[in-house]
Amino acid sequence: MDLGGINPAVLIASLMVASVPIMLAALGELVVEKAGVLNLGVEGMMIIGAVMGFAVAVNTGSPLAGFLGGAAGGAILSLIFALLTQYLLANQVATGLALTLFGLGLSSLIGQGYVGIRPPLTGAVPLGPLADIPVVGRILFRHDWMVYGSLVMVAATWAVLKFTRIGLILRAVGENHEAAHALGYKVRRIRVLAICFGGAMAGLGGAYISLIRVPQWTDGITSGAGWIALAIVVFASWKPWRVLLGAYLFGGITVLQLNLQAAGARIPVEYLSMSPYLITILVLVIMSSGRGRIAAAAPASLGKNFHASR
Amino acid sequence: MEGLTKAYPGVVANSDVSFKIRPGEVHALLGENGAGKSTLVKMIYGLVKPDAGRMSLRGQDYAPAEPSVARSLGVAMVFQHFSLFDALSVAENVALGMENPPKLRELAARIRKVSQDYGLPLDPDRMVGDLSAGERQRVEIVRCLLQDPKLLIMDEPTSVLTPQEVDILFQTLRQLAREGTAILYISHKLEEIRSLCDEATILRRGKVVATCTPREKTARELAELMVGTMLTPPERSAKPKGEVALEVAGLSVASPIPFGTTLKNVTFTVRKGEVLGIAGVAGNGQDELLLALNGELRTSPSAVKIAGVPVGAAGPIQRRKAGMVSAPEERLGHAAAPDMSLVENALLSGSVRKGLTRSGFIDWAGARRFAEGIVQQFDVRTPGTDVAARSLSGGNLQKFVVGRELSQAPTVIVINQPTWGVDAAAAASIRQAIIDRAADGAAVVVISQDLDELLEIADSFAALNEGRLTAPRPTQGLTMDQIGLMMGGAHGMEVAHAEA
Repeated sequence: MDLGGINPAVLIASLMVASVPIMLAALGELVVEKAGVLNLGVEGMMIIGAVMGFAVAVNTGSPLAGFLGGAAGGAILSLIFALLTQYLLANQVATGLALTLFGLGLSSLIGQGYVGIRPPLTGAVPLGPLADIPVVGRILFRHDWMVYGSLVMVAATWAVLKFTRIGLILRAVGENHEAAHALGYKVRRIRVLAICFGGAMAGLGGAYISLIRVPQWTDGITSGAGWIALAIVVFASWKPWRVLLGAYLFGGITVLQLNLQAAGARIPVEYLSMSPYLITILVLVIMSSGRGRIAAAAPASLGKNFHASR
Repeated sequence: MEGLTKAYPGVVANSDVSFKIRPGEVHALLGENGAGKSTLVKMIYGLVKPDAGRMSLRGQDYAPAEPSVARSLGVAMVFQHFSLFDALSVAENVALGMENPPKLRELAARIRKVSQDYGLPLDPDRMVGDLSAGERQRVEIVRCLLQDPKLLIMDEPTSVLTPQEVDILFQTLRQLAREGTAILYISHKLEEIRSLCDEATILRRGKVVATCTPREKTARELAELMVGTMLTPPERSAKPKGEVALEVAGLSVASPIPFGTTLKNVTFTVRKGEVLGIAGVAGNGQDELLLALNGELRTSPSAVKIAGVPVGAAGPIQRRKAGMVSAPEERLGHAAAPDMSLVENALLSGSVRKGLTRSGFIDWAGARRFAEGIVQQFDVRTPGTDVAARSLSGGNLQKFVVGRELSQAPTVIVINQPTWGVDAAAAASIRQAIIDRAADGAAVVVISQDLDELLEIADSFAALNEGRLTAPRPTQGLTMDQIGLMMGGAHGMEVAHAEA
């Protein structure tokens, strides 16, 4: 069954794939923001993850090593951010923006020798007969392991934040760092760990783009996915399950516009390719228009530097 | 608890401080702001390390490296502020203050039980952001009680409570003391200390200046030990009041602040020469009322009238032109721009009434004269008028901010918390300045949580409770009980105590 040249089952299946990078990056950023840190360098960490993951995978021939390399790349870049904002108390917004620009530049430097190479393939998880179920099998059971892994990460992030002590401490630090310090929690250490986790997740998301979704290396391969991830965190009101929803929504729009282009819709290509970003802006405006609702959901110490002076 | 001794030669905050607390004793730590009380208790709680000296707890050496060590040894602390998380539930807040908290469900049950046992009812599932100040403090106390403390430190616990809530707190503390808990009670409210505490250590500039039994001293003697000088209460003029200068009628406005309070039908009038004191526990609409009065929050034009002219829809600058000045509570960032100099800060609020700008250009010489005048007249201790507002101590900046507003020949003055965090001598001079301005014919609204202050300077008295203002009554002849009832009594406490 085709609707205007688009098969819904294929569309949904590719939507799940398309949303993995932004979902991973947004989950990481959600944890970072829950700890009270605003890291706008997601795009930079993603693209470093993309190029590092690609380079490691090509050189070792193992996609798994590639993903680990991507996560490590993102985490290392995020440590620069952690050093600047948590120890040198630099402004978080400016540092995050600088991190993005630095990441974009560094990635094209590293990636010079890798243009035009194909990375080792990551196959679908063999789910046997499940994959042969009509429609549902096509949609749900023919994906690579990262798709399932990202869903597990959503559940894990939710559970850790909600049910564990470390999650509670993390939220407490993001809510009121003065109080957390007064109770004897190591605000700075917790934030550095959160930033590092956010960097690793963004790196994973980036590696997914270069290793599976595209799969090859070109400059600027993430093309704004990091910014969409940042928007999804706000869209999700800092709740992990809503990150899933947001990622599917934006992943869906991206896939839909590609499909519409392929199906030869009579809309200029430029409008279609700007649509995910336009809808990002629209959603943020609508979400923020309810007075103070966004502000009430945000961690209260978000973006504020902490210095234990007393 | 055998004793607690520490000495810190050479430190600014505390030098060579020693005292002892016995089990079951309520020990007061008295002192002005900046006398070193907070630093001292932070050392006991392991947040700050002493440079010299030693402490012992129940006969054993005690040197907590961090708060978790202190907690595991049975030292618990109720903070003045800073230690609750608005967006977390009561149970989660309690769990954060414990070393090995049980599962949340189990903890919730224990919170219910302990809070009932001590007559401090609490619902563990509620968000702390929705609680009243008194209830928040109950959260802190219950958090400490669950750890079965040997030493309980209370840092200015009553500054945000109604008189009824204070009574309940004192009953709880006495019950704890009977059970053998040592309590270190920090305050500068002398009457409270006289009624509650067995022993008192008085700190001044980081040194112990006296140890005494508070019940045997008068509040006045204690105050003089604390401040080191004689205090003179402000004088009030008994002039008859003039016509109505500020009229507020049916003022209702939603709060722009998250977890804020909506103002509901606030109505009052202030005459020339009258000081209206508005009491209320923090978070009952004080900030919103100030915003609505000074023009940061707009309302319908007739809700606020200055000398009969409706200004409810006018902004702060128009209201200044009409003769109203205001000083909000938050000194840094609201009343003053922290990184700008005193001259610039004086200019920012004074330009309208003092004519410090001419066709868009700033009259710097005039602004400097204005700032220097304030510094001189209000005894602001500062190296000069070019230093950043941030570098002044709280009390000095407050004198500057209040002085700046009072020096503009206003007809209506609105001040929120005029002496918050200010030492007694500075507070006395600020209060005197307010009264003097009223004697000159200005109408004054003072919003404050310090009841003693209001009773000292206000001619009439009203209280804010959940955004509603009671009808103003003459201050003379009001009893503490009446005031407490005006402030809303003890939130949700009567039932539990009837049972207990």
